Amino acid sequence: MDFGITEDQREIQRTARSLLAERAKPERVREHAEARTVDEQLWLELCELGWPGIAVSERHGGGGLGSVELCILCEELGRALAPVPFLPTVMAASAIEHAGSAEQQERWLPGLASGEIRGALGACVDGTAELVIGAPDAAVIVLLERDGSAQLLAGSDAELSPLASIDPTRSAARVSVRGDAQELPGDVAGGVDRALVAASSELVGVCDRALEMTVAYVKERRQFGVPVGSYQAVSHRCAQMLLEVEGARSLSYWAGWALDNDPASAGRAASMAKAYAGDAGFRVTASALQVHGGIGFTWEHDLHFFLKRAKANAHAFGDARWHRDRVADLAGI
Amino acid sequence: MDLTFSPKETAFRDELRAWIAENPPEPEPVDGGEDAKHRWRRDWQRRLYEAGWAAPAWPTEYGGRGATLTESAIYFEEIGRARVPLPANTLGVLLGGPTLMVWGTDEQKERYLSPILSAEEIWCQGFSEPEAGSDLASLKTRAVKQGEEWIVTGQKVWTSGAQYSKWCMLVARTDADAAKHKGLTYFLMDMEQDAVQVRPLRQITGEAEFNELFIEEARIPDANVVGGVGNGWNVALTTLMNERAGLGFALQIRLRQTLDDVIAAAAERGLLENALYADALADLHVRCESIRLLAWKGLSDVERYGQPGPEGSLVKWLWSETNQRLTQLAADIVGADALTTGEEWSYELLRARGNTIEGGTTEVLKNIVAERVLGLPRLKAAA
Repeated sequence: MDFGITEDQREIQRTARSLLAERAKPERVREHAEARTVDEQLWLELCELGWPGIAVSERHGGGGLGSVELCILCEELGRALAPVPFLPTVMAASAIEHAGSAEQQERWLPGLASGEIRGALGACVDGTAELVIGAPDAAVIVLLERDGSAQLLAGSDAELSPLASIDPTRSAARVSVRGDAQELPGDVAGGVDRALVAASSELVGVCDRALEMTVAYVKERRQFGVPVGSYQAVSHRCAQMLLEVEGARSLSYWAGWALDNDPASAGRAASMAKAYAGDAGFRVTASALQVHGGIGFTWEHDLHFFLKRAKANAHAFGDARWHRDRVADLAGI
Repeated sequence: MDLTFSPKETAFRDELRAWIAENPPEPEPVDGGEDAKHRWRRDWQRRLYEAGWAAPAWPTEYGGRGATLTESAIYFEEIGRARVPLPANTLGVLLGGPTLMVWGTDEQKERYLSPILSAEEIWCQGFSEPEAGSDLASLKTRAVKQGEEWIVTGQKVWTSGAQYSKWCMLVARTDADAAKHKGLTYFLMDMEQDAVQVRPLRQITGEAEFNELFIEEARIPDANVVGGVGNGWNVALTTLMNERAGLGFALQIRLRQTLDDVIAAAAERGLLENALYADALADLHVRCESIRLLAWKGLSDVERYGQPGPEGSLVKWLWSETNQRLTQLAADIVGADALTTGEEWSYELLRARGNTIEGGTTEVLKNIVAERVLGLPRLKAAA
């Protein structure tokens, strides 16, 4: 029994963190957020390092590592709020890898793994998915149906209406099936569970960074002659934020581990992670904003980008209630 | 990351599980009140002791099994899972013994450890006072040296098991002039003397799990000082750290069982079809799992870095709040029966209110997390 990550995984984490600290500085993220553009230069660099394919099998051109490694990268990208299409691309790739036919895998996975093409994954009601992150730039889109089946369509076969999501660090669109869509014949749930864990881990990173910013702020900011962090109304709120970050992280890593090692609990774990991280994401970033006071409510401060990312991620791929409903089913409640 | 047990850990678990299955405790006595219950738990500990299961975490030289942290966690999980009681002398086994192993003299270890394990001598904890709760170091019970003895006068509160105890882990002020934390000394006080009066403290559930101690010139031989005169705060911290370590695993399993019971109660009443109840129960299920994971993560940190991370405080905090939510939801589900004195859920509802106070209030735990984990500035205490 060991809940810690391995030395190799720690190395991935360290490398990712220092690279993103250098290449995805807050001012650069802001530049792209305000222009609503992808940071193409950063994306290219991440692709050269093989990030998008980290969890794709080697025979499809990926790195063949596991879900925990994917969790680590997602967490770091969330911390940096990197304006790159990483999450939607790896989500589409995991669905295709686990549920796609051999032909679908050969057609799409090498491109997704190398990052040459981008993907997206969304949930459909009556043939339309309302808010699909990354869809405007996606060469391939996976749409989940309510009955648990999934369809795959080329980006050019989708009817897209781009949306200005509240999260300006990523593109989004309403998507309907127009041309030919193909059924994904395999293990849709297994693929989607991996995608969920990726999304949860990104939320963990978003929360972790918001907490870090908040702690730094309350140590500096003085009112009534003392740092505001010495007031328990403030410090206890920060402690609550830590509790939620740690809870979300434990569930996400457990789910990541279970996907590769304990298939019997993987589905339940993945939905638990998404439910918890979805709620925690908004609560933690909203707390961060409250503790920052007026400055946190300004456009000029970066916090709102974190809050918006958190809310968009919490809603996408099933909100907390949806996932608790699935947890209830799987746990026999 | 590996969330499975090693073959050695699995063997440990299977051996314990098989032993409990073959040697279950007698049924819990329904008559005879607290005394009968205590006798029952004492008998149970004696059987655990004879089979070498009273304190697996203790080193083999003191009668334990030298179990690893993981095995110790497995032990508490299994005790919880089998719904068998903790040993009668839990405070001696979990707190007193380990504190003596760190701070005691060879003579003290020789004299006290074995009767703790066999439950021949029960231990209680004399820390809190009416005016020293969260601010423990402000305690006022004083000990004055006279020849080879210390004369102790004062009052203690929340002393569970005092009426059955032979020894009390007592922290008293031995130097009124020293700084608050520095003037304290840790003693082992013999409870079998007239100068120590035990009065049951009736709590909101109607029963008396705890006591008040009135100490009027009690005598403690100098040989019963633990860790040196004036070093009581450090010794007490060892005791308190042990308090939060092992128990978490038993609590976490117990919580999960309570959840299963609430789900069964909801199912009986057809309430699982109700989306509001299903959502609330699923939420509690998620919280229970997060507590289990945080407890294991805390253990991995100790094994890796040699010291506990923030999880000890987080687990206790989250557990207490979750148990309160769970029992409140149970009361909503069960209805009138949960509001009737003597019924199981009414007891659980009321007892859970103590969870966020005992063993460190949630407010103190939040302070610990804020100051020691997040590094936030300390609140300035009044002079």
